[in-house]
Amino acid sequence: MVTEMDYTPQEIMVAAAAREIRDGEVVFTGMRLPLIAFALAKQMHAPNAVGLFECGLVRDTPAPELLYTMGDPPNIAGALWATRMINMMGLLQQGSVDVGFIGGAELDRFGNLNTSYLGDPASPKTKLPGSGGAADIAGLSKRLVVIMAHEKRRLVERVDYITSPGFGDGQGWRRRVGLRPGGPSAVITTRCLLGFDASTSEAVLRSYHPGQTVESVRAETGWDLRVAQDAHETEPPTAEELAIIRRYDPQGFWTR
Amino acid sequence: MSKVMTMGEAVMRFVPDGSSVVMGAALESLIPFAAGHEIIRRQVRDLTLIGPISDILFDQLIGAGCVRKVIAAWVGNVSAGLGHNYRRACEQGLPHRLEVVDHSNFSLSLALLAGGLGAPYIPTYSLLGTDLLKTNPTFRQSTSPFGGEKILLVPPLRPDVAILHVQRCDEDGNAHAWGNLGISEEAALSSQRIIIVAEELVPRAVIVSDPNRVLAPSFKVCAVVHEPGGAHPSPVQGYYNRDHEYYHDYHRATRTVEGNAEWIGQWVAGVRDRAGYFQKLGEERWQGLQLKEHRYAAPGDYGY
Repeated sequence: MVTEMDYTPQEIMVAAAAREIRDGEVVFTGMRLPLIAFALAKQMHAPNAVGLFECGLVRDTPAPELLYTMGDPPNIAGALWATRMINMMGLLQQGSVDVGFIGGAELDRFGNLNTSYLGDPASPKTKLPGSGGAADIAGLSKRLVVIMAHEKRRLVERVDYITSPGFGDGQGWRRRVGLRPGGPSAVITTRCLLGFDASTSEAVLRSYHPGQTVESVRAETGWDLRVAQDAHETEPPTAEELAIIRRYDPQGFWTR
Repeated sequence: MSKVMTMGEAVMRFVPDGSSVVMGAALESLIPFAAGHEIIRRQVRDLTLIGPISDILFDQLIGAGCVRKVIAAWVGNVSAGLGHNYRRACEQGLPHRLEVVDHSNFSLSLALLAGGLGAPYIPTYSLLGTDLLKTNPTFRQSTSPFGGEKILLVPPLRPDVAILHVQRCDEDGNAHAWGNLGISEEAALSSQRIIIVAEELVPRAVIVSDPNRVLAPSFKVCAVVHEPGGAHPSPVQGYYNRDHEYYHDYHRATRTVEGNAEWIGQWVAGVRDRAGYFQKLGEERWQGLQLKEHRYAAPGDYGY
């Protein structure tokens, strides 16, 4: 019996991420939680969604087992296409990807992400792993969904280094630097869901997860976070969503 | 002519000090760990490592002091996140300083594709506006001569050698690989030479029965190493699964310089070859990674 508050922060993030996928869309599926979000969306409201995995896979069914990495053998079994990475990236660049998912270590008020260097790149305080495919997904997807932990040191006024482009320094930046329309449409954190103001390209608080408030989210954000007029509590995962998530990740490897 | 040799001979002959080497081209699977460990045992120095994500293999080679330069999109531990050795090298110059040339997965694919095509560069819209343009001095911003829009020019990479793990291969280096390929083809075609590490050595007839599954032309292959289990802890489709726990163990063990030295001592320097590695890994752990079921492809008819 699943009671109202009986879910983890990861589970509400997976549910929120799955809701960002619309039926029939082509989804560039990132690592970790998005792997489960894609499986959840397929079984709930988006049975016709197609998943691209940058290692070179296309699937229209969830993998038969929990994935720890996108290259795990269960993800190849039953795939629609096993191919080269450049074909996935080509589909992305030609504009065939509706929504891409990435994670982030550091995010700023205009949705730029840093997963490369904290401090000066010439002598970094912290060397993070780098882009992987994230910079490509952020630059070339029609919509971008970011999934990350919400801490004040991670949500900063300005990232030290733009690995994955959001809206740069605001309105018009993407066009100026040569990027096509796109950019982040949602940031799903452990505390809330951020959207972006269409006229300023700045992040706004769209909903706060149960247990959080506007104030608690703002207090843990490194800039003066604007709040949408209709900001509300994030809809928690339903019993059905939780059942699917737990069937897919029975040990709670990603979601506990 | 047979190109079959031991891993020791392949590394000694074809991965000299200062080489540029592509490894981990398929991304999370088919990572040539056995080759990497032989490189560490032979104390090869001043390597340039080229790869998309590489998982923990690059971290191990960096921690062992084999690497001068990394040209990659991501270096870390796919299961656990950060790579401690990569961090120590970049942040503290331990065991020594590392030159990093930043790529994304797409730009690295394009660089190797350009190398394989013999093209001067390949244009892309990716990475515009990012700081990768500052930390990768090889990129050039330009405008399209056709539409006038902003583009990024990615110059070719021509690595000295690609080390590719595959399912099966004949003694000439005609290799079958399947599953997601990542940038394996681009790596093979752009490199001067290819070392193939194979789970199985098979007769030529097996390979030519299905030429669509061949990775690259064998005239580029300089060595064939028969090393079953040589990709562990990464998976090989149809042969064994990924040893997830191994990545977490590695992450915990290599938190400190001392811990890393101990890890290398135990798993690499302290074993003579792959047989010794598997002795240490243990039969039970290895059995736990074996296939639960077979899923054979339907045969295709090449008849005429």
